Amino acid sequence: MAKFQTLAEALADNLGDGDTVAFEGFTHLIPSAAAHEAIRQGRRDLTLVRMTPDIIYDQMIGMGCARKVVFSYAGNPGVGLLRRLRDAVENGWPRAIEIEEHSHAAMANAYEAGAAGLPCAVFRGYIGAGLKAVNPNIRSVTCPFTGEELAAVPALNPDVGVIHAQKANRRGDVLIEGITGVQKEVVLASRRAVVTVEEVVPDFAGVHVNACVLPHWTVASIAVVPGGAHPSYAHGYYKRDNAAYLAWDEVAADRDRFRAWMEENVLAATPDIFGGRVAGLREEAKR
Amino acid sequence: MTDFTPTEMMTVAAARALGNDDVCFVGIGAPSAACNLARLTHAPDITLIYESGTIGTRPDILPLSIGDGELCDTAVTTVPVVEMFRYWLQGGRITIGFLGGAQIDRFGNLNTTVVGDYRKPKVRLPGGGGAPEIAVSCGKIFITMAQSKRGFVEAIDFFTSLGHGKGGDDRARHGVRTKGPTLLITDLAVWEPDPRSKEFTVVSLHPGVTREQVQETVGWTVRFAADIAETPAPTWEELKVLRDLKARSDEAHRGKAITA
Repeated sequence: MAKFQTLAEALADNLGDGDTVAFEGFTHLIPSAAAHEAIRQGRRDLTLVRMTPDIIYDQMIGMGCARKVVFSYAGNPGVGLLRRLRDAVENGWPRAIEIEEHSHAAMANAYEAGAAGLPCAVFRGYIGAGLKAVNPNIRSVTCPFTGEELAAVPALNPDVGVIHAQKANRRGDVLIEGITGVQKEVVLASRRAVVTVEEVVPDFAGVHVNACVLPHWTVASIAVVPGGAHPSYAHGYYKRDNAAYLAWDEVAADRDRFRAWMEENVLAATPDIFGGRVAGLREEAKR
Repeated sequence: MTDFTPTEMMTVAAARALGNDDVCFVGIGAPSAACNLARLTHAPDITLIYESGTIGTRPDILPLSIGDGELCDTAVTTVPVVEMFRYWLQGGRITIGFLGGAQIDRFGNLNTTVVGDYRKPKVRLPGGGGAPEIAVSCGKIFITMAQSKRGFVEAIDFFTSLGHGKGGDDRARHGVRTKGPTLLITDLAVWEPDPRSKEFTVVSLHPGVTREQVQETVGWTVRFAADIAETPAPTWEELKVLRDLKARSDEAHRGKAITA
């Protein structure tokens, strides 16, 4: 049953040190405010799962929250590399991390298998690809009907799944619109789901009958954090802050500058500041 | 003739290879510019698909990421990422996959994973994303990247995605029935695989480019086709549409970052 909580309560109740957690959002609806809260709460030894780690995992890794990262594309989308992740992988700073690397198809299929209660995902993949040789979790099965060899990866069932979404209604049902990515799959695959939303509305009257809605009983905690996806975006609310993605490349390039930025914008901040960050982007979204 | 940059020539040449009936899986960067240039010039009905799940998208500006809101707003439909990879890509509904990479070898195998050893990389690159499955599930693959000794190498450090493997019928021996890389468009030339060996061979040089320039930027001994054409220079219209598109996109991406 979804509980409405502050973001700090929602994370404290659901995410502990050593957990496997997926903060998901395929370029859209990335739960940035929730990731910052986990950093503020000083979480350690997390296994971070996410198809496209991007800025939030760069921040969590750079702050020493992660023991391991499971991913399929570790870049700053459209900008370049993730410099904090690179520093951890190449130089062990601030700590060495283990990586488990997949393709997008594998991760998406693995979340779906997790949501479907299956032990593994089967798909046509990794043919002639080098990841098979370096990731022991990439194996194969033979189709019992055709004899075709297919790729198999274990299902993803994180302890905690964290997403951002547009709306919750008063009961705690959650509505996701636009690029839905793997938001639904990660909530259903995870043991506990935390959702941050832009707003709470009385009900979903007028919403399309085929809309992507997660019933309240699939979610553990909901926290209202307007702007909580910044610098990603919330379709219908505010635009993606592309300039912030470009700027991050410079912040993350230097360890001291990174620490100073995190100190000022994350450790000394609260979730309330996200609303202000998207004020201008809300106006742009109306145009 | 108007002046143009090698990158513009590359984008224009890549765009020309796309047709109205194509269903194209688009990567970010050079592929995205080429695909949208095709759509805004000779192929208005081309279906562009980005891995975020947007099918038949018609963005007014080039997206910075594969999931910008513009892609969803202008799409025929937006599907979940799992569905994108299962029904649309694996289901064999995509005719062309458009890829780039950090390293390429003579058989069109690509590396976007690491430079150096996987466990102790000199440079940790972003990784494969959708590429390992795009490379085998799309009907054919076009590759676009700028030539350099660092990028065009004798042996790639990591096989992120399969091209023609070791050459010849190596794809078929992997059980793959799709065609794989059929076209490589660079800032200097257009390359096609030799029908038998599958080694990429220069078939057309861009205006003003010499064979020596091509060889100087490639880490293996380049093969040239018997009949080498000159790539037609970009037309005034192609350049205008491309430059307008770039200007609109840069303007939209700039803005002032408040804070990340």
